[in-house]
Amino acid sequence: MIPELGHFALILAFVVSIAQGVLPLVGARQGQAQWIALARPAAQTQFLLVAVAFGCLAQSFLGNDFSVSYVAQHSNTQLPSLYRFSAVWGGHEGSLLLWVLMLAGWGAAVSLASRRLPEVMVARVLAVLGLVGIGLLAFVLFTSNPFDRLLPAAAEGRDLNPLLQDPGLVFHPPMLYMGYVGFSVAFAFAIAALISGRLDAAWARWSRPWTTAAWVFLTLGIALGSWWAYYELGWGGWWFWDPVENASFLPWLVGTALIHSLAVTEKRGAFKNWTVLLAIAAFSLSLLGTFLVRSGVLTSVHAFASDPRRGVFILVLLAVVVGTSLTLFAWRAPKVGAGGNFGLVSRETLLLMNNVLLVVATGSVLLGTIYPLLIDALGMGKLSVGPPYFNAVFVPVMVPLLLLMAIGPMARWKHADPKAIARRLRVSLALAVIAGIGLPLLMGAWTPLTAISSLLAVWIVASGVFQIIERMKTGKPSAAFWGMHIAHFGIAVFVFGVAMVGGYQEEKDVRMEPGDTVQVGGYGFRLLTVKDAPGPNYRAAVGSVELSKNGRVLKTMYPEKRSYFSSQMPMTEAAIDAGFTRDVYVSLGEPLGNKGAWSVRVYYKPFVDWIWGGCLLMALGGLIAMLDRRYRLRVKVGAGVTAGVAA
Amino acid sequence: MKQRFLIPLAVFFVLVIFLAIGLTLNPRDLPSPLKDKPAPAFTLPQLAAADKTFSPTDLKGKVWLLNVWASWCVSCRQEHPLLVSFSKQNDLPIIGLNYKDQGADAKNWLARFGDPYLLSAVDADGRVGINYGVYGVPETYVIDKAGTIRMKHTGPITPESLKTQILPLVAELSK
Amino acid sequence: MKLRSILLCCALMFAGAATAKEAAPMATDVAVEKRMVAISEELRCLVCQNESLAGSHAELALDLRREIRTMIGEGKSDQEILDFMVARYGDFVRFRPPVKPTTWLLWGGPFLLLAGGIVALIVFLRRRVREEAAPRLSDEEHRRAAALLDQSKP
Repeated sequence: MIPELGHFALILAFVVSIAQGVLPLVGARQGQAQWIALARPAAQTQFLLVAVAFGCLAQSFLGNDFSVSYVAQHSNTQLPSLYRFSAVWGGHEGSLLLWVLMLAGWGAAVSLASRRLPEVMVARVLAVLGLVGIGLLAFVLFTSNPFDRLLPAAAEGRDLNPLLQDPGLVFHPPMLYMGYVGFSVAFAFAIAALISGRLDAAWARWSRPWTTAAWVFLTLGIALGSWWAYYELGWGGWWFWDPVENASFLPWLVGTALIHSLAVTEKRGAFKNWTVLLAIAAFSLSLLGTFLVRSGVLTSVHAFASDPRRGVFILVLLAVVVGTSLTLFAWRAPKVGAGGNFGLVSRETLLLMNNVLLVVATGSVLLGTIYPLLIDALGMGKLSVGPPYFNAVFVPVMVPLLLLMAIGPMARWKHADPKAIARRLRVSLALAVIAGIGLPLLMGAWTPLTAISSLLAVWIVASGVFQIIERMKTGKPSAAFWGMHIAHFGIAVFVFGVAMVGGYQEEKDVRMEPGDTVQVGGYGFRLLTVKDAPGPNYRAAVGSVELSKNGRVLKTMYPEKRSYFSSQMPMTEAAIDAGFTRDVYVSLGEPLGNKGAWSVRVYYKPFVDWIWGGCLLMALGGLIAMLDRRYRLRVKVGAGVTAGVAA
Repeated sequence: MKQRFLIPLAVFFVLVIFLAIGLTLNPRDLPSPLKDKPAPAFTLPQLAAADKTFSPTDLKGKVWLLNVWASWCVSCRQEHPLLVSFSKQNDLPIIGLNYKDQGADAKNWLARFGDPYLLSAVDADGRVGINYGVYGVPETYVIDKAGTIRMKHTGPITPESLKTQILPLVAELSK
Repeated sequence: MKLRSILLCCALMFAGAATAKEAAPMATDVAVEKRMVAISEELRCLVCQNESLAGSHAELALDLRREIRTMIGEGKSDQEILDFMVARYGDFVRFRPPVKPTTWLLWGGPFLLLAGGIVALIVFLRRRVREEAAPRLSDEEHRRAAALLDQSKP
């Protein structure tokens, strides 16, 4: 019964999304207040219905209902109940339902938190979200129904992929999807503005907090995914430029550009077309990512089992959504005015440079990601584009961007005085140069990359601190000001972590018998024992490794090698001793021979946690900026409805 | 002047065309660089008789199949019945390359599931496998009279791939 | 959701690991090890397709790493080792695609984009400066217009 209820709720949600997508839009055009007023309740109903469907699927998982095909494929009675819940999004169908739930959730959030906006604007925004919802709900219902029954029911489920039996799965996909899907709101605002022909500062102000919110989630989601890969995959990497990682990184890059461009549009009314285009691009790249992950066109570690119908469906959806939006853009954009003036040296120009660099970075990553597909489609063979390529093209674009990052916030709007900026940056420059020379030497070896990264990190932090001190003298800075600087500090921390771990990590791949020792990064490791230990649904070989420094024993680490009963899949659970300035990472390979020897990998990773710490700071900065007072200011309401309808 | 606003649409349109073509392709379908190259030479002991060896030159002048298999390989069992029945009906020599396996396990496996091979060569450390570019057992190579690799099939052979790809090629090469 | 395909094939490869016979010779020479890691980071593990040879735990990756160590020991250059891999597995194993006509766009693309971006930026800024020279609303007028607009919409 429960799965049928869920299926039925999903069908109802589909019907409601049609109403939500069409009626308010027509109402806004013809000035029918009742139809306009439908938007909010429709969005909230849709969310409730999708939530019911989601709850039904979750209940099927928790109740081990293996008559539901999706549950039978992704769960097992031995699975701990936390993972039985997160298994809801452990496969294609359920994760797509999560996608739709997030979409409906953002819609409901807009409907609740937009009391200050003109009704007609809200109606259009929610209608656009409804239209996107139609497409995705149809995708779920017609190609990927998670409620399909299995006849006869399976006696036991096939189990969740062991890699996913991890707290990482509980948090990473929801966060990531919140971000991914959250750009739909910025997209909807942009499309609504294009439809109404009113692209103005008010539009930018309304969509800014929503964009930032989505960006915060996406930042956290990507960081969580990276951290998960780091401790779960057992090779100590944190980013691999995998097509699916890139699929989440592309909207992030464009979203970052969008946040900055929205600032100009809000404050100065300039770059309106560009901002709209970025808003469309951010969500389009989210959809493109969904296509890449779920169609199987690219070889990726994340690939879902693919069904050609799904690929076709989502490609059509992509073509319709993005094609329509870009057509609308081409039609409306030429009529949009240029906005406020600014001089050659001004904050506007610097932000535009930021945008150009971020878009170039996006384009390069996109090119590298789909290039194997392009070449294959042209029948010119198979090739791989991997980390060496991306590092080679991405880093050179980031360096000028990071250099500008310290200068941008110092420049005034409209006209900035280059000499004054230079004067204010003198101290930061000096500190940065000292850091560039000194920090790498302090770490033991000077390399160009670690030098320039240290220089950039200190450059950003020093100029940020300088600006904060300067600003504190003239009164209390706004939340937006704090948020920006905290996010920028986050970038600096991130860059520093990346450079340190890239430049100074050490690893050893050794054969160890109990009693053997190995030295890495100044730490000593002694393998004490490897013992069998039972787990809830797996058996593990647990190694005990004694960690010491300068002969002093610090602690014992327990790397595991697990074998899951249901799939016989071996899993590496690395043991990590995390620290502020370094991680020590031990992973157990395979047993070697019959003397109890194992292959063991040992890593010393300086400052690796700064990578994720930097991401946390970025997200925190976004959160603080989002809470700025001005977004909560109630601007004279009243005239809104009628004026809006008339437009 | 206004055409520039159409650029994003045009770029997107091209992208969609490529993605659509991409949907019809299989990214895991890797062509072997060894196609139309001489089969790498090796001399390996035979599984059934460790004192005897096998080398590809032994079959010079014949068309033959080299099938890479192992007792630990799950998909090998999937294609095995097909090979067994095929070997009964045809006299095309099939040589097994027993890849990174234990001698006893391999012999048991053949005893249990049938032995379609003229003989199996033992590649215990996988070095010959590396020279043949083996990456996903089972793999099957079609080698012509001159000792040139004419085709490589990765993964289990299916009745369909046997009928539509391997047999026509073998028939043509045997002429 | 994640990693299904690599796991499947890793599982296939690992199925033999329980009975692994031979300890992979772990390098004793740090310099050799460093070079081996550097080379294997450039190469794709064909079993667990989106991992590098350096990162993969698949048995084939262990074998190939051993092979690379052997070749380093034989005094082969990095290029010779890469060629060895490409001859057996094709260009597909290289994470850094070779520069040739089919990859010109790949390698040149980012620079074209950057150049295009800079040119577009300059053109845009120059046009704005020119437009600015023409008489337009003064700042005061702008402010008043904005204030009026702000009243009409919330």
